[in-house]
Amino acid sequence: MTVLAKNLTNKARELIAFRIQDQEFCVNVMSVREIRGWTPAMPMPHSPSYMLGVINLRGAVLSIVDLSARLGMKPAEPTVRHVIIVTQVKSRIVGLLVESVSDILTISDEDIQPTPDMSSEFERTFARGVLAIDGRMICLMDLEAVFPHTESEAA
Amino acid sequence: MDMNEIKEIFFQECEEQLAELESGLLRLNDGDRDPETVNAVFRAVHSIKGGAGAFGLDDLVSFAHVFETTLDCVRSNKLEPTQDVLKVMLKSADVLADLTNVARDGGSVDQARSAQLIRELDALAKGEAPPQAAAVVAAPKPVAAATPAPVANDQGFMPVAFSFDDFGGEDEPLMEIPVYEITFKPKSELYSKGNEAALLLRDLSRLGEMSIHCNMDDLPPLDQMDPETAYFSWKVSIKTDKGEDAIRSVFEFAEWDCELDISSVDSGEDSGPAGDELPMQPVPFDLSALDDELEVPLGVVEEEEQIAAAETASNVVQLSAATARGADKGAAAAVAAAQNNAQQAASAAAQTIRVDLDRVDRLINLVGELVINQAMLSQSVIENDSNGVSSINMGLEELQQLTREIQDSVMAIRAQPVKPVFQRMARTVREIADITGKSVRLVTEGENTEVDKTVIDKLAEPLTHMIRNAVDHGLEMPEKRLAAGKSAEGTVKLTAKHRSGRIVIELSDDGAGINREKVRQKAIDNDLIAADANLSDEEIDNLIFHAGFSTADKVSDLSGRGVGMDVVKRSIQALGGRINISSRPGHGSVFTMSLPLTLAVLDGMVVTVAGQTLVVPLTAIVETLQPDAAAVHSFGATQRLISIRNSFCPLVDVGRILNFRATQANPVEGVALLVESEGGGQRALMVDAIQGQRQVVIKSLEANYTHVPGIAAATILGDGRVALILDVDAVVSASRGNPLHLESLAAAG
Repeated sequence: MTVLAKNLTNKARELIAFRIQDQEFCVNVMSVREIRGWTPAMPMPHSPSYMLGVINLRGAVLSIVDLSARLGMKPAEPTVRHVIIVTQVKSRIVGLLVESVSDILTISDEDIQPTPDMSSEFERTFARGVLAIDGRMICLMDLEAVFPHTESEAA
Repeated sequence: MDMNEIKEIFFQECEEQLAELESGLLRLNDGDRDPETVNAVFRAVHSIKGGAGAFGLDDLVSFAHVFETTLDCVRSNKLEPTQDVLKVMLKSADVLADLTNVARDGGSVDQARSAQLIRELDALAKGEAPPQAAAVVAAPKPVAAATPAPVANDQGFMPVAFSFDDFGGEDEPLMEIPVYEITFKPKSELYSKGNEAALLLRDLSRLGEMSIHCNMDDLPPLDQMDPETAYFSWKVSIKTDKGEDAIRSVFEFAEWDCELDISSVDSGEDSGPAGDELPMQPVPFDLSALDDELEVPLGVVEEEEQIAAAETASNVVQLSAATARGADKGAAAAVAAAQNNAQQAASAAAQTIRVDLDRVDRLINLVGELVINQAMLSQSVIENDSNGVSSINMGLEELQQLTREIQDSVMAIRAQPVKPVFQRMARTVREIADITGKSVRLVTEGENTEVDKTVIDKLAEPLTHMIRNAVDHGLEMPEKRLAAGKSAEGTVKLTAKHRSGRIVIELSDDGAGINREKVRQKAIDNDLIAADANLSDEEIDNLIFHAGFSTADKVSDLSGRGVGMDVVKRSIQALGGRINISSRPGHGSVFTMSLPLTLAVLDGMVVTVAGQTLVVPLTAIVETLQPDAAAVHSFGATQRLISIRNSFCPLVDVGRILNFRATQANPVEGVALLVESEGGGQRALMVDAIQGQRQVVIKSLEANYTHVPGIAAATILGDGRVALILDVDAVVSASRGNPLHLESLAAAG
């Protein structure tokens, strides 16, 4: 189940919106397994700076990505108020550290506007499109780009 | 179910059949003459052939067919299962296994070898059958005596791939087309396996002119009818010049699941009363009690005698039953026994199910989680409840016991006997004995010792290697053995037993033992030890675990592969096991392996490094020590050595290697773990503190993350936190200047 299949259909889709440093992002609800509070992670040796480490998720080892650091913003300083969104892409499960979950949206495909043409790595890599909801701008994320790639996925 | 799944099931069944085949042949080799053993062997080959036929695996079918033919000669007492015969058959079983593997995984099989065996099998089948074999053919009685009481799952009746020219009408100058009477009574199994009587009869009709009579006498009233049961039987009279073999081949895949009787009738007369009565001959005891289970072994009587024997057929049954079970017991007892066996067999079969390993793994994971959760719950109750409400504590204690029991039961699901691996070793022994020209007997004990499936899968390779080693290096040539006052035949003994929560596998040989002088000399030649080193016998013996160490004088087919006992030691250690050797010159050697019962947990040393909790596998640790300042010596810019009993061992700062801290730790403030690593070198791993030893559940990191250099896996501690399990070899190798590979992560960052 990928976030947004390339062949967009005209079905209404549900998205979960969340906040990072005054910006709003959203991902498809179908790729969200659960939402849980922050618990300190065991740091991983030799991991990229945005990898906060691993936590125990009911017996599975779950790696936690600091989404703000991943998107090139200021690294988060996690507190108990922070939230981990547990997402699944293909067979891998990864937790995303965000500040708070803001909304659950139901939209149709027409609501998704193409990403404005900007020459930043950010929009080329992570953004799938933008949504205008009640005067807010919410960026639809490409989850697969967020996850660190491994050899197994390259195959 | 797609075709591939069905095929996979077939191959799984093949494995079972092959194991059955080999163990049966080995029993025969040890002098077992129980006809049921022969039947089991025969059935195994037959089932493989049947399945292979269904999937169009021609090589497998043709080899199995030849094999089956020869086995049938043994079954019908035309061929005495002597040691020589069994040698050929055991080799054939090996080839059959190879063919099966090739059919499953591709690759090629040694054509010359299988062709050679086909010739040998053929020769055995056509071989000068002992003279009394003719008598057997001619007289029903001895045959009946030799064929014991009808056993539930055996027809006592098989196609014999002999030419029937001598019997059939084919050699008569004026060809009269022979008429055969066929009685065909399917059992319910026939239908449950997807066979269809109508199709069989249709195939039959293609052979010639045919008349069919369906017997519906057994059909109960509709309300009592069990739709899964077979009630009909057919009597067929067919005029064909294709011969009896052609008729038999129609029923080839159905013969285990029906009663089949074929007899030829002189075509000159119409089906006389004899011919009529014969197939449905009532036997003078109560057959109805048998639920279609009992076979009347009329079939062993050759067709020539059928008519004459018609009146005596019932006597044959009685006779054979009586001879098999002892003349003092009545046939009824035999029938009851046979029925019992059948029921036992049926119930045993009904009590196993095949379960996808993934499902079991999932269950194991969940239970592991339950255990952790229960521990966390207890922990928090204890912390938050100073009064100690007894009912809650009691409940928690019960919960703890329950979770433990659940965990044990789930682990037991994956536990399997080591038998299949041990059986595979029998073949290894045979092959190596052949190559080396030694005479070897493999004795196994404790085959039913159970261990987790994951361990079993990884056991075969080191065991095979050790067996090779034992036969090739351990045992002497027969003449040498005789000269030493031993039997010419060497013995290799493989045993398994449980000991204190682990499985201990012992491999011993009664060969020459380790030639310590030679090992020592070789170690000196290879600069492993100093020429004047003073080593104990044990230390010398353990030298053979060093890389590239082989004491065979000349490079044989087996040694000289550059693979030595060091590889065995590594693979055992990788399983979390240990291996020891003890040897007595002239009496042989014993290798003892001790392995964990499961790969799901490991014994670890829980340590702290730079504020993080890590687990170091206990098997890697030789000893722990508290370095004092005097023992630590700087060496160059960054290296430090620690002196341990006058030898210097490099210090490895785990915190630095894993990037947990930027500066080197002060060794004196920490603890050093002396570890054995790949290549046999010792290193001292520096950690801050030791928390204790614990059994931890292994969790994969790769599943949701990626491989982390220097980290083997993760685990979850009792407080619910994740701890990483150190990959000792990788850390040591990094300390040698091979930086941990970071390509995947560097690309991601």
